[in-house]
Amino acid sequence: MAAVSLKIDGKTVETAPGRSVMQAARDAGIGIPALCDHPALPPEGACRICLVEIEGQRAPQPACTFQVSAGLVVQTRSPHVVAARKLVLELLLSDHPLDCLTCESTGSCLLQDLAYEYDVKGDRWRGRHHDYPVDSSNPFIQVDRNKCIVCRRCVRACNSINGVEAISIFHRGFNASIGFGADGPMQDSPCEFCGSCVAVCPTGALRPKLAIGKGRPWQVKKVDTICSYCGVGCKLTLHVRDNRIIGADGAWDGPVNRGWTCVKGRFGHDYVRHPDRLTKPRVRHYLLHGGKKRRDGTGWDWVETDWDTALEVAARGLCQIRGKYGADSIGVLCSAKCLNEENYLMNKLARQVIGTNNIDHCARL
Amino acid sequence: MKSDSLSTTSSFEPVLTRNIHRPGSEKIETYLGNGGYRAARRALERTPAEIIQLIKDSGLRGRGGAGFPAGVKWEFMPRDASQKYLAVNTDEGEPGTFKDREIVERDPHQVIEGALIAAYAVGAGRAFVYIRGEFFLGVKRWTKAIADAYEHGFLGKNILKSGFDLEMSVHRGAGAYICGEETAMLESLEGKPGNPRLKPPYPAQAGLFGLPTLVHNIETLACIPHIIERGPDWFAGIGTAQSKGPKIFSVSGHVNRPGNYELPLGVTLREIIYTHAGGVRDGRRLKAVIPGGASTPIMTAMQIDVPMAFETLRAAGSELGTGAVIVMDETTCMVEVARRLTRFFSHESCGRCVPCRIGSVRLYEALERVERGQGEIPDIDRILELAHGIGGITFCPMGTALVNPARSAIKCFRNEFEDHVRKGHCVVSRRAFRGGPDGKDSHRR
Repeated sequence: MAAVSLKIDGKTVETAPGRSVMQAARDAGIGIPALCDHPALPPEGACRICLVEIEGQRAPQPACTFQVSAGLVVQTRSPHVVAARKLVLELLLSDHPLDCLTCESTGSCLLQDLAYEYDVKGDRWRGRHHDYPVDSSNPFIQVDRNKCIVCRRCVRACNSINGVEAISIFHRGFNASIGFGADGPMQDSPCEFCGSCVAVCPTGALRPKLAIGKGRPWQVKKVDTICSYCGVGCKLTLHVRDNRIIGADGAWDGPVNRGWTCVKGRFGHDYVRHPDRLTKPRVRHYLLHGGKKRRDGTGWDWVETDWDTALEVAARGLCQIRGKYGADSIGVLCSAKCLNEENYLMNKLARQVIGTNNIDHCARL
Repeated sequence: MKSDSLSTTSSFEPVLTRNIHRPGSEKIETYLGNGGYRAARRALERTPAEIIQLIKDSGLRGRGGAGFPAGVKWEFMPRDASQKYLAVNTDEGEPGTFKDREIVERDPHQVIEGALIAAYAVGAGRAFVYIRGEFFLGVKRWTKAIADAYEHGFLGKNILKSGFDLEMSVHRGAGAYICGEETAMLESLEGKPGNPRLKPPYPAQAGLFGLPTLVHNIETLACIPHIIERGPDWFAGIGTAQSKGPKIFSVSGHVNRPGNYELPLGVTLREIIYTHAGGVRDGRRLKAVIPGGASTPIMTAMQIDVPMAFETLRAAGSELGTGAVIVMDETTCMVEVARRLTRFFSHESCGRCVPCRIGSVRLYEALERVERGQGEIPDIDRILELAHGIGGITFCPMGTALVNPARSAIKCFRNEFEDHVRKGHCVVSRRAFRGGPDGKDSHRR
């Protein structure tokens, strides 16, 4: 399709038809501020922060939902839209706890960034504000609806991306707020705790519990890695402080997961430093030192050893069984947590080294 | 009724409401006995394109508030779509408006006939009636009327042997004001929360369940049989340059005879109030009028010679809206009016966009402070600033309408707001503040 040419802030921008003004601007490196819009989510048009002035339109239009057309002339920073943004921010702050000093999101909060950028204080439209209890019912996500700006990013991530539909908007008007399941605790909802809602929340309303109090964004080193849980290979960005993982995010540039993860990838990183974690191979006492293998004797105890010894013991055992009962008495089960290459090698080991076709894979079960 | 000799509308003969005072007016027998469904019969013999042209020629504009030309809307409906819908908007929620309710309760077949003609013209095979949950009698009458229309062959398969099919059913809403907005109504019909949709796409492109949908107000549909019956020239001969036809004005407030009055568009407020509604109660002086329902800007008594038409009211700084005339006499506190109307809108906000969700509450609170006498003079300008800021930046038109009461009340009656601030109480109604601490009105008069 023919490209569409439009002008944004005096700069000529070429884009594909059907794209929004927001997308066109983003492609051209022009930032239009937004709270409810997110590149990975369908547009919502709710926050009214991304309002821009478009020639020929009576009122300012949200850039996230306004589609481009040839010859469009867009102003993203006219006095009118800047004033509108300020008012929206003032109104949002008028029903916000303003506890940035101790808020978990300080430094990674879009509302905070915009209030700073537009020099908006929280005291212009004093009035009643919400006092919701904080929901800590589940092990992964803390929900503080007092900090929620009802942008519905979480609703869209849960419904449009994951199809779980655990989050929706309850009540209306000033009392409209996010809720889970049948508006009960998150723990009792269909939530799978994938944390996609946490990933897209622009404020401190949805926070990963494991990271609370562990470090500010500027104290954290971000390390890209591939998730070690399964063979999908999601790209993660680990948040590391003092050589300890305090959090994980899906990387938006991950070719496999495009920013989304499951509960394990996002929240299951505490095993790394867990005291119960095995970091060395272990062998039963009797296999190394002989003696009885009775379960109630010392021969049954685990003994830490090195890899060569452990593999030697395992190989010896397999050889004995094959010699005594034949190769088909051995079966091999591979894992989806292993790489393709590792599974291929396991297949070689089973068929060519051991000599059996008894090989299967956990993903088939 | 007093002599209408001074009236410019003395020769006008009501059509939409001509049957409603007959006993048993809601029955199909009464309707048929008065020439009912003759227009439908006539329309089904003509082509849909001819019907659309008739409606265009008549100049009929939507009676739900926006005043969009009906014929143009019909033309927007795609011709090649295999399945199309008609949605009949009976969610009459605009405060002060009670015209659709009366038509539905007393002459529902008029609307069914209009709906049948409209559905035939745009090729819609399924009609959904969305009715406000509180209209208990209306639901009963609609349901009965639809059943009777099926029985007489005006609904169902092969209507009047024309080969045209139309199924119709009634869906009760839960009473949210915003569900009168067409896209919110469609969401609600689909079983979702009544939040307005993003436009475009417009309902004619992708409406109910994603299919092309024609949405019409009750009064608009009620006009259609008469246009078919009497011709577009008759209809276009009534009214002003840009506002054609008869219109039902719901008159409420401080008048001697509140009620629905069917009059030609272009009639003045003065005539509606003094000739038809019996003048202001207790011989008091008129103070202010809301000409088109709560969302339209307040006008002063000085402006009552403005003709009630889309273009003239807009030029006068207000809107025709639904044509609901709310009359206020000299004992009315305009600060209280602004506060209570703003409270209504903040209560009815769907909560989707920030300016409406939070702004309406802040507006209400500021008005409440001024009314209680706790405000300061700059607060009045702050109210205007907030109202000005919210107007035009909300997701749907309701957010913009919600600032009208406050903005127009200050524009027309600023001195009353200042009196509240300076004297700490109301000098007009001589009453103490009547709102409760939780923002609810503690009692009604």
